[in-house]
Amino acid sequence: MKVQIKYFASIREAIGRGGEEWETGAATLAQLRAELLARGGPYAGALAPGRALRMALNQVMADEAAVLTEGSEVAFFPPVTGG
Amino acid sequence: MAQTLRVRIQTQDFDLGAELAALRGADARVGAVCSFVGTVRDRNAGGPGDIQSLELEHYPGMTERAIEAMIDAAHARFDILDARVIHRIGLLQPLDQIVLVAVTSAHRGESFQACEFIMDYLKTQAPFWKKEQTAQGAHWVDARVSDDAALARWGIQADNAA
Repeated sequence: MKVQIKYFASIREAIGRGGEEWETGAATLAQLRAELLARGGPYAGALAPGRALRMALNQVMADEAAVLTEGSEVAFFPPVTGG
Repeated sequence: MAQTLRVRIQTQDFDLGAELAALRGADARVGAVCSFVGTVRDRNAGGPGDIQSLELEHYPGMTERAIEAMIDAAHARFDILDARVIHRIGLLQPLDQIVLVAVTSAHRGESFQACEFIMDYLKTQAPFWKKEQTAQGAHWVDARVSDDAALARWGIQADNAA
């Protein structure tokens, strides 16, 4: 299925783009992260295990167990620092 | 769209007096108006004047949604009448205003509490990111564990900085 992926702040800079459409076999956010990580290059650094990473699914904060559906909007970003 | 937006994300500055007047409007039930304004400091980890500018990035759509949900949560917890949040994005300078949280209620206790509640919530759950420009270069600001602790006081578990 296709998902829309967005990257923000330091993750966006590391990957070198603000977002992309992605054909995925992943069922969860954890699997999607692993799938992207396996692409290597900048993805390997930006999404590396242990790197502080927060996620949203359809514009709501989500954890790695969150389940993807066709057309889901997923976002990867560092801890937030507004206010 | 006769109703004023409760949440505004904008590059331009805001006028505190005008915002508070608009929030109170002609509502004669209001006996308390409490507001918080966050401003850009010229120092963080470094010394005075270390920060030359601050760039604010956000996640359009999710930001508004997340803050709307925080205001709903404040209404559910506290007996408040209305609330307004304005957050600036883009390039800011030391002394600039960044964020406004304003709340009205019949009595002061509720608006004092709701104002702090919304601000604590926003710090760890609204998708904004700050990048500091210093003489040593630009870097993304680190999240603070103390902000997670501030939200925990309201009984809400956050692990933004963890």
